[in-house]
Amino acid sequence: MSLLEIENLQITFGGLDALSNLDFAIEEGEIVSVIGPNGAGKTTFFNAISGMIPPTSGEIIFDGESVLGLDPNQITEMGIARTFQNVRLFPNMTVLENVMVSQHCRTSQLVVGALFQTKAFKKEEKEIRERAEEILSFFGTRLVGYRLDQPAFALSYANRRRLEIARAMATQPRLLLLDEPVAGMNPIETAELTALIGRLRDEWGFTIVIIEHDMKVVRDVSDRVVVLDHGVPIAQGSYDDVSTNPDVIEAYLGRPVEAKR
Amino acid sequence: MMSTSLPSRKLFDQDWKRVSFWGSICALSQVFICLVGLPAELNRRILIESTLSLGYLFIIWVPLVFGYVVSKMVELEGVENPKPGAAELLSGAITGLLGGLGLVVLMLGIDNFDLRDPLLNWNPKLLRLLTFENSIGFGSMIWLLVGVGLGVFGASLHQMTTRIRKMVAYAIFGLFTLAVLEDVIDDLSEGLRLEWLSDMIYAKRGGITVTSTIVIAVVLAALPLLTRGKVKEAVSRYRSSDNPAEQQRNSIVLFALVAVVFLVLPWFLGGIINELLANVGLFLLLALGLNIVVGLAGLLDLGYVAFFAVGGYTTAVFTSPNSPWFSPETHFGISLLVVVVMATLAGLLIGAPVIRMRGDYLAIVTLGFGEIIRLLFLSDWLKPYLGGSQGITNIPGIDLGPWEVRGADPRSVFYMVLAFCVLAIYVSWRLQGSRIGRAWMAIREDESVAEVMGINTVNSKLMAFVVGAVLASFSGAVLAAKVGSVFPKSFEILVSIIILVVVIVGGMGSITGVMVGSLVLIGILGGPRQPGLLQEFQNYKLLIYGALLVFMMLKRPEGLVPTARRTRELHQEEYLQDAWLGDDDSEQQEEAGERL
Repeated sequence: MSLLEIENLQITFGGLDALSNLDFAIEEGEIVSVIGPNGAGKTTFFNAISGMIPPTSGEIIFDGESVLGLDPNQITEMGIARTFQNVRLFPNMTVLENVMVSQHCRTSQLVVGALFQTKAFKKEEKEIRERAEEILSFFGTRLVGYRLDQPAFALSYANRRRLEIARAMATQPRLLLLDEPVAGMNPIETAELTALIGRLRDEWGFTIVIIEHDMKVVRDVSDRVVVLDHGVPIAQGSYDDVSTNPDVIEAYLGRPVEAKR
Repeated sequence: MMSTSLPSRKLFDQDWKRVSFWGSICALSQVFICLVGLPAELNRRILIESTLSLGYLFIIWVPLVFGYVVSKMVELEGVENPKPGAAELLSGAITGLLGGLGLVVLMLGIDNFDLRDPLLNWNPKLLRLLTFENSIGFGSMIWLLVGVGLGVFGASLHQMTTRIRKMVAYAIFGLFTLAVLEDVIDDLSEGLRLEWLSDMIYAKRGGITVTSTIVIAVVLAALPLLTRGKVKEAVSRYRSSDNPAEQQRNSIVLFALVAVVFLVLPWFLGGIINELLANVGLFLLLALGLNIVVGLAGLLDLGYVAFFAVGGYTTAVFTSPNSPWFSPETHFGISLLVVVVMATLAGLLIGAPVIRMRGDYLAIVTLGFGEIIRLLFLSDWLKPYLGGSQGITNIPGIDLGPWEVRGADPRSVFYMVLAFCVLAIYVSWRLQGSRIGRAWMAIREDESVAEVMGINTVNSKLMAFVVGAVLASFSGAVLAAKVGSVFPKSFEILVSIIILVVVIVGGMGSITGVMVGSLVLIGILGGPRQPGLLQEFQNYKLLIYGALLVFMMLKRPEGLVPTARRTRELHQEEYLQDAWLGDDDSEQQEEAGERL
């Protein structure tokens, strides 16, 4: 059985079909890229999975259970985490706090524990902190040391993107949805992050869906590529298959000149 | 450092537009202050014997401040700036002069026209006050001279060396504080058997005597020379200690000191000041609760008074023999347990329907709920149960074995309130650094993202609501026992607003800030129905609250004693610049702090 199965997903905004007839499945341990021109419905696709936009019709099944009608926090608790295309960190919280707060759904201490400083509370706080530091050290030296206590708004653009991934990792997901993780990064940073995405699967065991415009990244990381255009999947398969598919080329570049003849 | 290599401007090389702008503002402010009646009303309160009353102070601060503002030069870093000189003094003088002219026009106006119909204070009393019971010509001369003098003085503040400016500031603010705190110091010296001290400082009929004014001014001015920044050094050493053990020791020492002061002090204070402190405590308790809701979780609750009312009425019903319907006459301790339950229920009942709303919508709906609760207590429908507008009277004090806490003994009330405040501070402090506190912070930052990151926003927000509600209901319970009666009138919307102002002026999210806020606002200006130290302010409290709020929002939006986080949030650019410059120039930052 697939980890995530989507059947006949449709999302309509007014009269516009943002997504229609979308079938999608991903196996445990796969890395799948979703590509397509601007406005193709890629981010809407993520919003539907993470529960931010309720689908008009269709079915989304994660690990054998439907996620339709659940609140975003419940979906996160089931094991789906995401990042945002337009980085949405908690800007005035520190780097460490950003990662600590994201472990909320995996921890349980409430008011009483905090007030009486129970053993369980202290132990949990310690674990939260240690796990946050462990996750942040995944990005090498970029987010550790003095940066731990810096507010997120003080980070560079690339570091904000890294912190977004760290925050998603902290929710301990099984499925990780990365929305344009390398947008705005320079080639060296892009190469570095591409390698990290592979390690996310191999070392941390995440299944990954990634939206990306940088074709080099798509080629390097993905087992499979899905192409969306106007809310409809027009092709899927390996990178080489998709990149030579005439429909895909047409969606990106328009109809060849010879058609006018 | 100022780069002042350019020569100063020529005397008449003025920015006339700027000067006339601030001059007219100065004149308008003075006329406005006169016409709302502040000088006449506050003239009774004498600050310096036979020289200065609070009423006159309210007029003369204007040219001083505007003289200071108009002559302030924009210092550009890395550019040569002209040296401040006589031209700046002149602009200050003109501003003050224009202000004085405003008063002259006002005096002539009062003398020749009668506008008493719309303007209540357009009357001979004000004229007599402005002319010092003399002719208009005399009054005009005085005000013009005073305006020019204070304008120049304000302007000259920029040209003094830091040390002299510090001495002047110490003298002025020290004298002002001494004069304002006259009642407290009188009271305290009586308690400490030091009557001779207050007799020496203060005149019989109020105000500091002229001789002691001069002596105290000299002593205060000498203070910075004597200490030479040693105090500041000690404070910064205390703050920047890296050693956690030392830090802990420092905070324990500080805590013990504060505790001793608060435990011992009431014994040396008389009834009025203790009463005042008890009121401050009641509002501090409310403000600490609201601080959790607004400051930590970011939920703008304008109906906070509802929980205050629930606490008061529950206590009344359970302890008073006069409760019209159900009157178990239990002990305060038992009723307090019921109060907690009722406040939790009220928090959930009000919270559940409104909690899904955000921002402004939440504020409006809570505003409505606050009024609904008050109107329910007032309604005929609940009159057989809660007494309607007559309220519930005859609420007994709190029987604590050997002691009894009751309104007639404000000291005991103060201790009771103090205990609850300590509890509230502990709760806020512990919750801030916990899992739930972080969740609140995330919700405050970005609610949708917080939800996607796995935080159950509805539950977390409800929890903030309930914790705040319980703290407010404690305050209500103590109030009921203190006053001995509860009426719907005591729970007006104004209470919610004043508590919110306390939190904002003090510093949202900052426990120390909220304490300072309630001491300054409630202690000195007074609560919605409770007089403060300056009882004369009673009628102008809301005007001053409003002015203060506007000023704070413009100049110091983070509050009097903000948290580091909030300062950072409101001054992101500065923070980024500092981070970019690195930490090695902390000296410069200190200097900047000094200039503030």
